Amino acid sequence: MTEHPSLLAVEGICKSFIGFKALDSVDFAVRPGEIHALLGENGAGKSTLIKVLTGVHQPDSGVIKIDGQPVSVRDTQHAQNLGIGTVYQEVNLLPDMSVADNLFIGRQPMRFGFVNRKLMEKSARELLTQYDLHLDVSSDLSRYSVAVQQLVAIARAVDMSGRVLILDEPTASLDRHETEILFAILRKLRSRGLGIVFITHFLDQVYEICDRVTVLRNGKLAGSALTTELPKIELVSLMLGRTLAVATHNTRRDRPAPEIRQFSFKGLGRSRSIAPFDLDIGEGEVVGMAGLLGSGRTETAKVLFGIDAADTGQIHIDGDPVLIRTPQDAVACGFGLCPEDRKSDGIIGDLSVRENICLALQAHRGWFNRLSTHEQTVLADKFVKAFDIRTTDIEKPVKFLSGGNQQKVILARWLATNPRLLILDEPTRGIDVGAHAEIIALIHQLCDDGMALLVISSEIDEIVAYSSRVVVLRDRAHRGEISGDDIVPANIMRMIAAEPERASA
Amino acid sequence: MAFTKRILLATTVAIAFAGYANAADLTVGFSQIGSESGWRAAETSVSKIEAEKRGINLKIADAQQKQENQIKAIRGFVAQGVDAIFIAPVVATGWDTVLTEAKEAKIPVILLDRTIETASDDLYLTAVTSDTVHEGKVAGEWLVKTVAGKDCKVVELQGTVGSSPAINRKKGFEEGIASASNIKITRSQTGDFTRSKGKEVMEGFLKAENGGKDICALYAHNDDMAVGAIQAIKEAGLKPGKDILVVSIDAVPDIFKAMSEGEANATVELTPNMAGPAFDALKAFKDDGKAPPKWIQTESKLYTQADDPKKVYEEKKGLGY
Amino acid sequence: MSGPRVTALTKAMPQLLTLVLILFLNYLAFPGFFDIRLQDGRLFGSLIDVLNRGAPVIILAVGMTAVIASRGVDLSVGAVMAVSGAIAATMTVAGYPLPIVILATLGVGLLCGLWNGILVAYFDLQPIVATLILMVAGRGIAQLITEGSIVTFNEPGLIFFGTGSFAGVPMPILIALLLLIVAIAVVRRTALGLLIESIGINRSASNYAGLNSKLLLLVIYAFCGFCAALAGIIIAADIRGADANNAGLWLELDAILAVVVGGTSLFGGRFSILMSALGAVIIQAMNTGILLSGFPPEYNLILKALVIIVILLAQSFSSAGGWAFVKAEFGTKGRKSQ
Repeated sequence: MTEHPSLLAVEGICKSFIGFKALDSVDFAVRPGEIHALLGENGAGKSTLIKVLTGVHQPDSGVIKIDGQPVSVRDTQHAQNLGIGTVYQEVNLLPDMSVADNLFIGRQPMRFGFVNRKLMEKSARELLTQYDLHLDVSSDLSRYSVAVQQLVAIARAVDMSGRVLILDEPTASLDRHETEILFAILRKLRSRGLGIVFITHFLDQVYEICDRVTVLRNGKLAGSALTTELPKIELVSLMLGRTLAVATHNTRRDRPAPEIRQFSFKGLGRSRSIAPFDLDIGEGEVVGMAGLLGSGRTETAKVLFGIDAADTGQIHIDGDPVLIRTPQDAVACGFGLCPEDRKSDGIIGDLSVRENICLALQAHRGWFNRLSTHEQTVLADKFVKAFDIRTTDIEKPVKFLSGGNQQKVILARWLATNPRLLILDEPTRGIDVGAHAEIIALIHQLCDDGMALLVISSEIDEIVAYSSRVVVLRDRAHRGEISGDDIVPANIMRMIAAEPERASA
Repeated sequence: MAFTKRILLATTVAIAFAGYANAADLTVGFSQIGSESGWRAAETSVSKIEAEKRGINLKIADAQQKQENQIKAIRGFVAQGVDAIFIAPVVATGWDTVLTEAKEAKIPVILLDRTIETASDDLYLTAVTSDTVHEGKVAGEWLVKTVAGKDCKVVELQGTVGSSPAINRKKGFEEGIASASNIKITRSQTGDFTRSKGKEVMEGFLKAENGGKDICALYAHNDDMAVGAIQAIKEAGLKPGKDILVVSIDAVPDIFKAMSEGEANATVELTPNMAGPAFDALKAFKDDGKAPPKWIQTESKLYTQADDPKKVYEEKKGLGY
Repeated sequence: MSGPRVTALTKAMPQLLTLVLILFLNYLAFPGFFDIRLQDGRLFGSLIDVLNRGAPVIILAVGMTAVIASRGVDLSVGAVMAVSGAIAATMTVAGYPLPIVILATLGVGLLCGLWNGILVAYFDLQPIVATLILMVAGRGIAQLITEGSIVTFNEPGLIFFGTGSFAGVPMPILIALLLLIVAIAVVRRTALGLLIESIGINRSASNYAGLNSKLLLLVIYAFCGFCAALAGIIIAADIRGADANNAGLWLELDAILAVVVGGTSLFGGRFSILMSALGAVIIQAMNTGILLSGFPPEYNLILKALVIIVILLAQSFSSAGGWAFVKAEFGTKGRKSQ
């Protein structure tokens, strides 16, 4: 297969956005007649690469080659003309128009200046027959399932472009059976010599259908290999940026496990979000949560904190049953949560650093028990000093601070409430190296001070470094727990990569 | 079983009686616009009273300000085979089709209160409306007579800018005072036909005209604005009706109350009795085949403090103004 | 301590300058504009008219500011005024004692606001849509209550709210002033101001911070309904009657405009009740000026639109740092010439 010349290839592609390198000399090649998986965690650069390939973004440097010839892709229209078709996750179709309209919109057969519907519908039927789809092409697209709509989008893209097909998470909203149908069609297209780029989070599907895998990490090429030559465990380590050889020292490991675990969650779950799980956390320990994106990590945090109320299970704190239906309940129980999406769920951009730091404490104290401006200033000054928050003054709107400093502000917001259990969802994502180290140090210190911590992270090294125990998630369920000397990256990755059947058995 | 039978029997008898009663008299269907103002409510109740007086069976359909409801109601009346249809049209155009249907069914149509634009005048028998220009003129002439040659500065409260009663009542008043060079309109602003705007604008007039001392008379395009303005005059420490003459149009009950207290001087009636003249014209047409003129103008009657306003107030109060 | 005050005054500069300019134009149009005298124990003059006529919009603007700060809008306040006026008038005519009438009317305003709040907070309807429902239905309800006619009353107690005075100051001005003081005190002495701004800027993040944003929204809309009922009582009392068709008609737009002129963004967040009240006074000063000017009424709306455009442009100029630019330019030039 490797002897084939590349159908579509990029070499040394770089793309920066303001102060942020999204792609850093990335090479990527699709050969005719292969299904090529493009993998990576959030922010790894997958979508930027796709946008460069389809002409949405222009690369800062590097070349795009089609059949070995360098081209510059001007826009999406041009990409289609060059033979590159794309089907996005949210299907880009018009649900209120007919199937035939959707297949031919923008290029309808015309007669006397009008759309020749008869011819269009005939062509539409012929086109869909190639995919063993027998639809009433004159009825609205919205009548059909998402899976069928996806196939219509693929049929349209292949018909228009016909050489390279890029599929962005096509199976995200499909069930098992629908996925099978899709895969059958993809195999058919592969045998016709198309190059297919397949973006997904489901590792099983990679091994089921893909010939080759390319992994991006932090905007760089992490590796590329034939699927048959790449064990799953190595794939996971590529994605998470670790090699199995390097061991990480765990500072928590020597510490004895707490005798009682004050926070106990039994059978907590929420349908369509996270399968029921058991979790115990004690004061003075850090429980790490590992898993790929979409494995149910954030969902767990949301259920624990009452953002999305659990529909099953019980919670006990210090042995007493409690009910957490809202964040207010959670705060009353002494919980705090630094959310994953800092911008939309964390900071209140236009409010000052002072007000952001005081917000959770103020909300907890109630509407009429206002912290005086003096108290607020003292509190904010204390945390700005303690965490070295870089701001000209505490009255500056928090939106003008850097990501790391914003994260510290949100940490300060919760520490101001003196929480007993602090949940941190990706506390180090997207922040600079200095702030990163400070936040890790803070986690250690809070734990030493006797706080219970639950830390979610994609960084395996980090998790290994600070966790007393590690919970591993896969496919929206808690799959297992590792503790003591077993907390090494290899074990975590093995659990993330494991076949679902094996893990549950 | 027996109980059901009895009810059935009773119903049959009732229907038979009703049918008998209807057969003897005229049945008129009236498509009313709605009840957007007190005057409209009064028009509806006066129509009922006038119908009762003449032993006419009046069926009223409330269109809630929508032409399609009126067209539906008219079609319903045609289907029921009424003897005549009255329409208070909500808009001026779009009636040709439904009026043709009525004409083909040989049912005469009379327009009340407003006229319409049609392809042919034959589509309706007659229109009974007031003459809004004339109303203004009556008010103006009253003022000319009352001030009797003395110099008089008038402030005017206009209706909603651009509405036809506002334009016509302004025009009519100016015609009425054209002959008298001693009367001048010094300020004219819109009070939107409402009490509160009438009061607010009058407050401004009073300030601008030397605390009201320079104003001799107020002319308001409707009584509601006059009622608001009267309060403003009182709050400025002047006596409405004496220091400043007050003349307005419509003759709603509240202005009679003000007149009985000496705070308003005159009002010109926009009669809610449009149906009365229409019934009379209809009767003449049915009995003798005499076609009425295309336009029946209602009387624009002038009421002053001399017309026992207290009594008129009591009479009008019950009409739903 | 003097620092923040100076910035607040600088921020209010465009609005204050606008007000001064409009008052000056009014003076040009009518030299007696600033004359104030006592008439029957009541202050009397154009300036008093501006405040007195502006009082209902000031009151509406107080409630509207809170709503807009929470990133919402309440289109129903005009209709709620009509409903409350209708209730006050019909209950008075039916012979209920004044305290009962006032309590019932304010209670109905509160209920109307609660209805809006429930739709916005608990059913997640967009505020503009949610309040549109009551805007349309409310006037219909008011018409049902009054049966389509103007319900006139002569109860001196109720009339006092519209045309009475205390120490020479007309009641509407006093009521608006009292509401302003109470509202500002409550918002700034409690945490409500901060929390309202917080949900207005980022409701999701506020929820994550443990704020009960649903309950807060409910209270905000209820308060706005309460303000509308208060304004409704005043305008009904002013004309001694409830005019369901016209009471409060389009006043929701004046209230929104007052808030915007006062500098609160329609996108929620930072707000100032006092500035909204200033916005309401600016609008009314303009209206009164137009009435005094003697222009034909056909020009009213055009004049109003022109003035508003000028105000809003001045404001965006100022917030874009225009004043600082001008200051820097003139400052350096001035120094050079010396």
